[in-house]
Amino acid sequence: MLSILQSGFFSTVQDLGRVGYRDKGVPVSGAMDLYSAQFANALLGNAKDAALIEMTMLGGKFQFLEPTVIAVSGAFMNPTLNRDAVLQNKLIKIQPDDVLYFGGAEKGFRTYLAVKNGFKTETILGSRSMYPSVTTQSIINRGDCLQYEPFNVTESAFSKVKYDDTHLESGVLDVFKGLDFDMLSENQKQQLFSKVFSVSKNNSRMAYQLEPVLDNNLEPILSSPVLPGTVQLTPGGTLIILMRDCQTTGGYPRVLQLTESAINILAQNFSANTINFRLKE
Amino acid sequence: MGYELKFSRYNECSILIEWPAVMDENILKDILNFKKSIQNYNIKLVIEVINTYNSLLIIYDSTIDDVYSEISRLKSLKIEAGTIEHTSSRLWRIPVCYDDDFGIDLEAFSKEKQLSKGEVIKLHSSAIYTIFFIGFLPGFLYLGGLDEKLHLDRKSTPNLDIKKGSVGIGGKQTGIYPKNSPGGWHIIGKTPVDFFNAKSSLPCVFNAGDKLQFFGISKTEFLDLEQDIKNNQFQLTPELYA
Repeated sequence: MLSILQSGFFSTVQDLGRVGYRDKGVPVSGAMDLYSAQFANALLGNAKDAALIEMTMLGGKFQFLEPTVIAVSGAFMNPTLNRDAVLQNKLIKIQPDDVLYFGGAEKGFRTYLAVKNGFKTETILGSRSMYPSVTTQSIINRGDCLQYEPFNVTESAFSKVKYDDTHLESGVLDVFKGLDFDMLSENQKQQLFSKVFSVSKNNSRMAYQLEPVLDNNLEPILSSPVLPGTVQLTPGGTLIILMRDCQTTGGYPRVLQLTESAINILAQNFSANTINFRLKE
Repeated sequence: MGYELKFSRYNECSILIEWPAVMDENILKDILNFKKSIQNYNIKLVIEVINTYNSLLIIYDSTIDDVYSEISRLKSLKIEAGTIEHTSSRLWRIPVCYDDDFGIDLEAFSKEKQLSKGEVIKLHSSAIYTIFFIGFLPGFLYLGGLDEKLHLDRKSTPNLDIKKGSVGIGGKQTGIYPKNSPGGWHIIGKTPVDFFNAKSSLPCVFNAGDKLQFFGISKTEFLDLEQDIKNNQFQLTPELYA
């Protein structure tokens, strides 16, 4: 069992997400930076869909009650185990009563804590990813206890996989043309690829809004499917990049579509970070 | 007769097919017919097929290696699927209490539309609506078929706390809030029926293409029904709609 001594700024349990219910309006959710989340699970030899903790901006303080092995990946939050610094992207052996502590994110925005075989929290509609109105709990709170299977490390495993941390500080987003790209004027198209945008304060697991606004006189479209990574242009000219908890349908023109790896990159960006779009192909 | 369809890559793992951009029941039938054949044909690696008014999004479980050959495969599947006419569908009858306690905007709405409250209720509950798709919130139905006499733009200032089950009108649409939520629709009543239950293996019983009709109930009936639903003593069952 993992006891939550401090929850951090905003922490949730995530896995690969809730697949198969989008036609009932249920967002897919899942780890924002899937690259880092999957890296941590892979280090542990976990199943791809093993649930882990996603911390945002400021990490938490956790006490382990049983032996296990863990891995930390994503944003750098100065992790310490019983006050001693530990490395990210490496296996960390855990003894009962060990206390793992994270500070504020220094590089990147979201950090993942994975445990051997994953956290065994409530599964709803095939996923452990927390989402309001779907899972009982939508956020990890101080005092919560998360179950995991005790695990005794017998041999020391070596991993040859290297974590690519360049994506933690990148602001270059590879994109495809969006479904409604052709609605844009030549001037707007040019602005999309030449301007440097910054992430506004309105950024969450649902969506990232960008600044500044673009000149725009496009009308809304008939409500249509949207996906994480879809860049919408509102009538007011705001670019909104949908993220993992986004709604399943939307009525704003879809001007660009982020690649999967660009979504992971954006997930490590936060307010005032600058980003720019790079057209793929 | 066939529609002109547009096939596009949406991202690495999905393909979007678009029909003409209008709300039209015949288009919906064509979309759902194709959706069914994609699901029946069991294209390996297709994990979700989502429709809206005029689109079908096909999501694969990994990167599509060759988008062009996948699109041509879908195109031939579309020809095979043809345009079978759906002859019958399911009709859900939804109890709504239009009492002022629940229909908090009914009075103002009727005045605005220069109709009596009774006329609003009659128009709202006599129409048979079509569920085009489910989106926006888990269990939120996009219904087509609201009488033109009831069309009214959304409120300029949204209500911050609309109660779960509230039935509202916004623009050309009517709908039910599946959970407490902010919103700008005019609330004319409330249903005790659950539109989304995450704890159930079938979290939302409604499907795109189903029909739906509202019927008025008294406040006493509402409270009784609400109790029955709480105690698991009520099950919504559809009728056959020919």
